[in-house]
Amino acid sequence: MREFAYQRVTQVREALTLVAENDGSRYLAGGTNLVDLMKCGVEAPTRLVDVRSLPLGGVREGADGGLVIGATTTNSDVAAHPEVRRRFPALSQAVLAGASGQLRNMATVGGNLLQRTRCAYFADPSQACNKRVPGTGCSAVDGAHHNHAVFGWSRHCVATHPSDMAVALAAFDAVVHYETLDGGGEIPLSEFYPPVGDTPQQETVLPSGALITAVSLPKAALSPWSRYRKVRDRASYAFANVSIAADLGVHDGVVRDVRIALGGVASQPWRARSAEAFLRGGPASFGTVPGGG
Amino acid sequence: MAFHRLSTCAVALGEKGVALNEDTHSEILLHVNGVKHCLSVDNRTTLLDALRERVGHTGTKKGCDHGQCGACTVLCDGRRVVSCLMLAVAAEGAEVTTVEGLGGDGELLPIQQEFVRLDGFQCGYCTSGQICSAVGMLAEYAEGWPSAVTAPGSEPVLDAVEVRERMSGNLCRCGAYPSIVRAVLETAARGEVTG
Repeated sequence: MREFAYQRVTQVREALTLVAENDGSRYLAGGTNLVDLMKCGVEAPTRLVDVRSLPLGGVREGADGGLVIGATTTNSDVAAHPEVRRRFPALSQAVLAGASGQLRNMATVGGNLLQRTRCAYFADPSQACNKRVPGTGCSAVDGAHHNHAVFGWSRHCVATHPSDMAVALAAFDAVVHYETLDGGGEIPLSEFYPPVGDTPQQETVLPSGALITAVSLPKAALSPWSRYRKVRDRASYAFANVSIAADLGVHDGVVRDVRIALGGVASQPWRARSAEAFLRGGPASFGTVPGGG
Repeated sequence: MAFHRLSTCAVALGEKGVALNEDTHSEILLHVNGVKHCLSVDNRTTLLDALRERVGHTGTKKGCDHGQCGACTVLCDGRRVVSCLMLAVAAEGAEVTTVEGLGGDGELLPIQQEFVRLDGFQCGYCTSGQICSAVGMLAEYAEGWPSAVTAPGSEPVLDAVEVRERMSGNLCRCGAYPSIVRAVLETAARGEVTG
């Protein structure tokens, strides 16, 4: 592992300045992915700016009646929060479907969104990987690829985004809030991860040096019955072969609105918008879905 | 090599007036099992390596060193974490509890007693991680935390399915899982303070 400086910060501006002053700086929160990748030689920061002491933790009511989840809130605290469980059950389920109890106690919401793919070729610096070193090629295309993308991939990269949490956030039309030295901004989660194209190294549209401060969930969840389901190689503590977060609003037997997001199938949480359009306005019955029931 | 306390260091001022600490080593105060240890560490040192090689507490085991096996599980401020993915510098300020800090004066905690009574181990390499994880897990359950197998909208009831899910971050290559699950359930049934 490359040597690095370490600094703990208590103010957002301090964190932004430290990262802006040094290209090799990275924000450190739970470290469950970053520290592991540093051990593998995939990440080699020269400075870690520890953001866990910033005042960015906790879940609160948003101005629109939705929820605002601070970026340094641990995954465990999100999943256990009474309002998340009551109003956005698929989010609590999705978080609990990821990683292990230990990792969820460490990992934060901001870090979860920024975690890197678990493609084995990405994690192995001896292999060609356009995401890790642009222009070197993709070992996964011809390699073991049973867990790689089926939607939205390109010949440059077939890696998937591993987050369960982000799948539920995509279904709920969550918004990512960030700060930079030039001011703050927000990005809908549906636009947060750009298409792969020929730039798989470009994993988010966050401005350079930006720090995620919060994720907000709009009030408009469709029902208290949203759910997350996940299929994986073993019963627990494994990444998704495929997962789904879904929410359904029904009025008078008619599908008023529906949201479906798929995980483990693309470089971003994949909103199944055609399926949503097919179901919207139709009868809320098992027979709506070919083969359903 | 000069060492600097993280909280007070001011090695150089960057252009924007924020103190830049360029040191790749730090002097840290690590709280382990109620004792403070002042250590000079390479920033790359994990909490796991600091505990084993600097503090001398070898009860915490190194299995995969990648956060996948749970053998290195300790409690940080009462919550279970994998010490192989936590940097020692990042653990400064937290109260770290290792297996050596559980129980005391020759007394075993109920969870430790049940592991012994029910053979919750074979080779024993994963055991300290299993026990620290179980202590953290039972505290999480006591706080009402749900798990992936808890039905949404209902409160969790600790049964074998819940224990298996909640303990899935701790691997046992000997396959002592049935006894581990029983030991955790028996401990919960005793209803005594575990940590």
